[in-house]
Amino acid sequence: MASQHIVSSFDQDLEGVQMRLMRMGSLVEDAITTVLHALDSRDLEQSAQVIRNDRAIDQMDMDIKEETARILAVRAPAARDLRLVLSVMAMSTHLERCGDYAKNIAKRHSAMLETGPIENSVRALRRMGGMVVSMLSDGLEATIKKDASLAEQARLRDLEVDEAYNALFRSLLTYMMENPRNITTCMHLHFIAKNIERMGDHATSVAEQAIYQINGALPDEDRPKGDTTSFMPPEMPDA
Amino acid sequence: MYDAPTPGSKLDQTDIKITAKNVQVYYGDTQAIKDVDVDIEDKTVTAFIGPSGCGKSTFLRCLNRMNDTIDVCRVEGDIFIDGEDIYDRNIDPVQLRAKVGMVFQKPNPFPKSIYDNVAYGPRIHGMVRNKAELDEVVETALRGAALWDEVKDRLDTPGTGLSGGQQQRLCIARAVATKPEVLLMDEPCSALDPIATAQVEDLIESLKEQFSVVIVTHSMQQAARISQKTAFFHLGNLVEYDDTNTIFTNPTDSRTESYITGRIG
Ligand SMILES: Nc1ncnc2c1ncn2[C@@H]1O[C@H](COP(=O)(O)OP(=O)(O)OP(=O)(O)O)[C@@H](O)[C@H]1O
Ligand SMILES: [Mg+2]
Repeated sequence: MASQHIVSSFDQDLEGVQMRLMRMGSLVEDAITTVLHALDSRDLEQSAQVIRNDRAIDQMDMDIKEETARILAVRAPAARDLRLVLSVMAMSTHLERCGDYAKNIAKRHSAMLETGPIENSVRALRRMGGMVVSMLSDGLEATIKKDASLAEQARLRDLEVDEAYNALFRSLLTYMMENPRNITTCMHLHFIAKNIERMGDHATSVAEQAIYQINGALPDEDRPKGDTTSFMPPEMPDA
Repeated sequence: MYDAPTPGSKLDQTDIKITAKNVQVYYGDTQAIKDVDVDIEDKTVTAFIGPSGCGKSTFLRCLNRMNDTIDVCRVEGDIFIDGEDIYDRNIDPVQLRAKVGMVFQKPNPFPKSIYDNVAYGPRIHGMVRNKAELDEVVETALRGAALWDEVKDRLDTPGTGLSGGQQQRLCIARAVATKPEVLLMDEPCSALDPIATAQVEDLIESLKEQFSVVIVTHSMQQAARISQKTAFFHLGNLVEYDDTNTIFTNPTDSRTESYITGRIG
């Protein structure tokens, strides 16, 4: 913080709520990494752990909302203090959604155990998840370092997540067309990929909130969009 | 080549009611206002904020030549209201002050009855034709200032016998009774309880439909709530003047930011 408030407990309030957000962020990053690792190593117990831990993430979101509401009511923050409080509220919501997606993936895990593994798909999911985790951690770290360019780079990396999703979507289509017995597994894998792609959108929002918090304005251009699958009809093999 | 007028240019700009150019104010040898340039919009509430002693009241008093009444005070520069130079020698300060009303930091009711305090302006400016009309003007003004219910049964008792907060509302009623085009208010709510404050804020909100209101306030919340434009003064300078939303979410100058966020400057 550039300079301190005349009322020092105000500084403590703001630092406190930011620290909570950082802790929540690392729980969410952990959940994403763990659930994808669990898929890869077929470790159901790890997935069950992710499902149980999501309650802690939800609770942190509620605590942060309560604390930010209290700060708004008691301190009536302005300018950068106001932006900090508002962006922490928003980022908490985005992190909570990411936690839900990780839990959804974990819930899908037991259904997938009965199906066979599909080549490198899980490896691809882990790479996508890794991208999302790095976007989240850079977006959050940017707020601590007051480094808007770090957040901007994180935001732009959503394009890579979208591209990875497109590529995976295409290869899953191919597997399904090759052999209808792959369909169940591929559908599960596709839902998981879609969940990670959605997490990428939330991580983008986290990075945008970081930019808003630091610069006082959201980035100008629309965020890059790389998910083109809605325009992509599956190519049927010639009869 | 002919350029079609772009939408959003001149035509939809808000009218400027007051223009101040290069204003300097001195009390004897000490300068209290330095190089202030500002355009104040019509039908808008403009808030002046800034630390104590930065010159808010001094600048406010320039806008209706109230500084003329202070011997040691000297004003330089130009101030125009509706394009008219108010320091022109043909301008009658008394007429000017009917057009540019003022509520002071400290309540200053006349040593007259509550009724006469409010009726004074409309009477001397010939705004009413008979007692019934005057009664109505007085009641409307007192209601607007959120004082009517408390004083309606004792209109002929002295205004000076009211509580501090009531006196302030009486002065607000007195100022709005002459239907000024510009209303200058110097910390009008500093002696008021939260309910009276809310009522005065509500009045200000309705006044801006027709007038330009300039208010000095030490309450950041009040400035943020009721004004559309905010000017931040610091050591006699107008440091930043912008939309209130911008000032309170993303000010440009670090001095403004330190002040409104309660930081050590
Ligand atoms: N009548 C006067 N004679 C001499 N100096 C004066 C007079 N009135 C104000 N000043 C000085 O001019 C400066 C600006 O005073 P002003 O009253 O305009 O400040 P302000 O911003 O309204 O402060 P506050 O918020 O405390 O009301 C101060 O340094 C003050 O001491
Ligand atoms: Mg003052």
